[in-house]
Amino acid sequence: MATRQTQVAARLMMSPAVLLLLAWMIVPLSMTLWFSFQRYNLLMPGMEYFTGLDNYRYFFANPSFWAALTNTLVLVGGVLAITLIGGTLMALLLDQPMFGQGIVRLLVISPFFVMPTVSALVWQNMMMNPVYGLFSYIARVFGVQPIDWFSQVPLFSIIMIVAWQWLPFATLILLTALQSLDEEQREAAGMDGAGPIPLFFYIILPHLARALTVVMLIQTIFLLSIFAEIFVTTGGGPGTATTNLTFLIYIQSLLQFDVGLASAGGIVAVILANIVAIFLLRIVGKNLDA
Amino acid sequence: MARAVSTRRKLGFTAIAWLIALTLFFPILWTVLTSFKTEGTAIAMPPKFLFFDWTLENYFTVQERSDYFRHFTNSVISAVGSTILGLIIAIPAAWAMAFSPTKRTKDVLLWMLSTKMLPAVGVLVPIYLIFRDLRLLDTHHGLIVVLMLINLPIIVWMLYTYFREIPVDILEAARMDGASLKNEIIYVLTPMAIPGIASTMLLNIILAWNEAFWTLNLTTTRAAPLTAFIASYSSPEGLFWAKLSAASTLAIAPILIMGWFSQRQLVRGLTFGAVK
Amino acid sequence: MRLRALVIGSCSVLALAGAAQAQTLTIATVNNGDMIRMQGLSHHFTEETGIELDWVTLEENVLRQRVTTDIATQGGQYDVMTIGTYEVPIWGGQDWLVGLDGLTSDAEYDADDLIPAVRDALSVDGTLHAAPFYAESAMIMYRTDLFEEAGLEMPDQPTWEFIGDAARQITDRDAEVYGICLRGLAGWGENMAFMTALANSYGASWFDMDWEPQFDSPEWAEALQFYVDLMTEAGPPGASSNGFNENLALFQQGRCGMWIDATVAASFVTNPEDSEVAEDVDFALFPTHNDLGNNGNWLWAWSLAIPAGTQQADAAEQFISWATSKDYLELVASEEGWANVPPGTRTSLYENPEYREAAAFADMTLDAINSADTINQSVQDTPYTGGQFVAIPEFQGIGTAVGQIVSSALAGQTTVEQALQQAQQVTRMEMERSGYYN
Repeated sequence: MATRQTQVAARLMMSPAVLLLLAWMIVPLSMTLWFSFQRYNLLMPGMEYFTGLDNYRYFFANPSFWAALTNTLVLVGGVLAITLIGGTLMALLLDQPMFGQGIVRLLVISPFFVMPTVSALVWQNMMMNPVYGLFSYIARVFGVQPIDWFSQVPLFSIIMIVAWQWLPFATLILLTALQSLDEEQREAAGMDGAGPIPLFFYIILPHLARALTVVMLIQTIFLLSIFAEIFVTTGGGPGTATTNLTFLIYIQSLLQFDVGLASAGGIVAVILANIVAIFLLRIVGKNLDA
Repeated sequence: MARAVSTRRKLGFTAIAWLIALTLFFPILWTVLTSFKTEGTAIAMPPKFLFFDWTLENYFTVQERSDYFRHFTNSVISAVGSTILGLIIAIPAAWAMAFSPTKRTKDVLLWMLSTKMLPAVGVLVPIYLIFRDLRLLDTHHGLIVVLMLINLPIIVWMLYTYFREIPVDILEAARMDGASLKNEIIYVLTPMAIPGIASTMLLNIILAWNEAFWTLNLTTTRAAPLTAFIASYSSPEGLFWAKLSAASTLAIAPILIMGWFSQRQLVRGLTFGAVK
Repeated sequence: MRLRALVIGSCSVLALAGAAQAQTLTIATVNNGDMIRMQGLSHHFTEETGIELDWVTLEENVLRQRVTTDIATQGGQYDVMTIGTYEVPIWGGQDWLVGLDGLTSDAEYDADDLIPAVRDALSVDGTLHAAPFYAESAMIMYRTDLFEEAGLEMPDQPTWEFIGDAARQITDRDAEVYGICLRGLAGWGENMAFMTALANSYGASWFDMDWEPQFDSPEWAEALQFYVDLMTEAGPPGASSNGFNENLALFQQGRCGMWIDATVAASFVTNPEDSEVAEDVDFALFPTHNDLGNNGNWLWAWSLAIPAGTQQADAAEQFISWATSKDYLELVASEEGWANVPPGTRTSLYENPEYREAAAFADMTLDAINSADTINQSVQDTPYTGGQFVAIPEFQGIGTAVGQIVSSALAGQTTVEQALQQAQQVTRMEMERSGYYN
């Protein structure tokens, strides 16, 4: 039914969005690409010159790079694992009949509305502080040595904070998906004598597959660029324990003001993000067709 | 067709669900409570939950020091402004993708999403230079445009998945009945699209409100939103738990309340095509 | 309907946003107590001059990132910036700052009253490029009650060996009292400020005359080992995320037997409103090692400067002159008491009997500031200046990277030996990249 005319109209309707995003991508990206071949430090004006691949060489030679790469993957993977599994369980729970379901739902989704900076500050100072934090108080009540979160398990602490923020999002989407599962389908399975576990694995989980991939995609996009939580709590440390790629580039661009090196890092990050993206989008793309 | 459930089972689920919900909500609750304490009580051990001398002192201090209302207004302007601008640009695009799809539609969509993966810190300096030359630093329209651009892919995608759910048959039926294109849009499509648009709008207001990199780095005073407000309360000298809590409460309360009230509208469109 | 209401509402908010204003200065500052007090008192300035002030108060790291981006790209967003003794010589050398000749020639301002060490640190080629708002060195703050209990007495010139023994003796983990609190939070202005001063006192230095990093020297190994051992045995938990502010809170709550940090903290820990231990605090010089007699040479001044890009240099200078004047000190004293005036900038303050009466830490602060030698910071010959930092543009980056490594040694994730090896490697690479060996 797509005539030539509607095709043209469709293109016209799409063009503002496409052109704007194209400009938003190409202008900074080409500037970044250009800078990445320059020796360019903001603090030393007038000393810019072409250095070829030098910035890339230094970026890869930096031992922090590999640590940052691993941390990025662990961070994204850890948060995804917690939110996908936790979100599914939460959705199943919230789907059960209970008193005050509306209020429970409000409480559960609340963390999603909290500014990342604020949630990091709150967790760092009021929950996880080894001296004044509530966790250390609880530990001491039970006579246990309090955990020193940001120095003993820094990356895990960050994962926890981020997962807390994203769990509601996963729960919501999965719950909506779950509620669309046909009541009859469920009952039919129940009548066949299927217990709750086979019911989950053969009926519910396949039904949720699409929702799970969508959650995974959206979260990955946001998780790859986690910054505020690290900036506020650990500053990437101790050592490089919580430095992800975004934070590494931050150190280079806004602490060292080494625009050339940071630009090289930016280009590397874009390439890596796109590899992840292609991989992920393939999966989701398939699901979008279905 | 309600399932018959024993009360005991229902009570059991209620207990578990409330326990988990309160645990997840606790950090927020604790922040709000702490904001009403004095600095000394805020770090008292053992912690005091409800029985302390409630005080509004922190709120007065914070308002006096940082002019909350100016930052609040700026947050509203940039979040709502960028969302509306985004919708104006995204609705036609998503519409076209949903109703006149081509072979490349999906690629375009996925490409749009991939632009969100550009690491913002890596391009701050180029953007700062452009903003300086266009005199957009510390302006509302500059901030609105940037926030719109970073959220545009999400807006387009969300609308696209929602529009796709609208059955094309209805359109054809209306057309058969001789409805003009104008009437078709006003009476048939708009009512069906509104929930999706509302939901998209809400999600994007939340995302724009909470964006903490560009809002902090491209503004100074005139356009500085609540993210800048909160940046003056992280780790000052001395005891600051109570003041930090008051500032945090003020920064998140508007969006939290909005989120609570519009929860139903938000959830309805928040499926990204995940629900068939 | 609701949608329309929202749209209309937001449009009217948008319309409100463009109101014009009279002469207004935009001032960027850190969220430290003294600056917040200045912000609170600034209505006096506006009443006197009619100049309105817009404050951008940010946490130190965010502030530094914002003002450096702005000044390096000539963004022109600020009329007055709060910067430190690290930035002033570098930025002044780039002609990014307006020279403050107006102040030095103003008899009423009396620039000769500024403490010489501070004034020198803020001058480039003899011209003052930033006016000191408050200045600090470092010293020991300790709890007299805990010392007495343990039968210890603080010597006039404590050594690190004494500090180490005393800290271990005072530590009582069950009572949550830790012998010593030191900075552990990574950052060139956080743990590296302390580490560098400690290293100076141990006779170590950052670079030799050929700009070769010196982390492979025995002095560094000794200093870092001492620090890590001391903090592990007598420090508070979570030390690797404690900066100045965290330690201040700990000390005020009576959790630390000793705290070695910036002298500016003295007025906070002796203020009975905030500090539970205000009555039991005394002060001593920054420790030395063996017979080197080096007290670390820490010197820092938070200062107000005018970026070259501003259109309102005259009004900005007027403001700086107000905020760093003798009258401002009087103003703070009359409203908040003498103990709360910003310390360390003017000789006359230390001759003022009222101040000396109110501030028990006055002499110690002045001694510490006066004895800080930022040219010969170590017994080694060095090509750089700066006490607890190295005054080269590359230092922010290097200091941050090394700070991370030191914090990971403190957290027990690497050994001291590995940490120093990494520090050496990272620093060498960055210096090579910056062309120091060509």
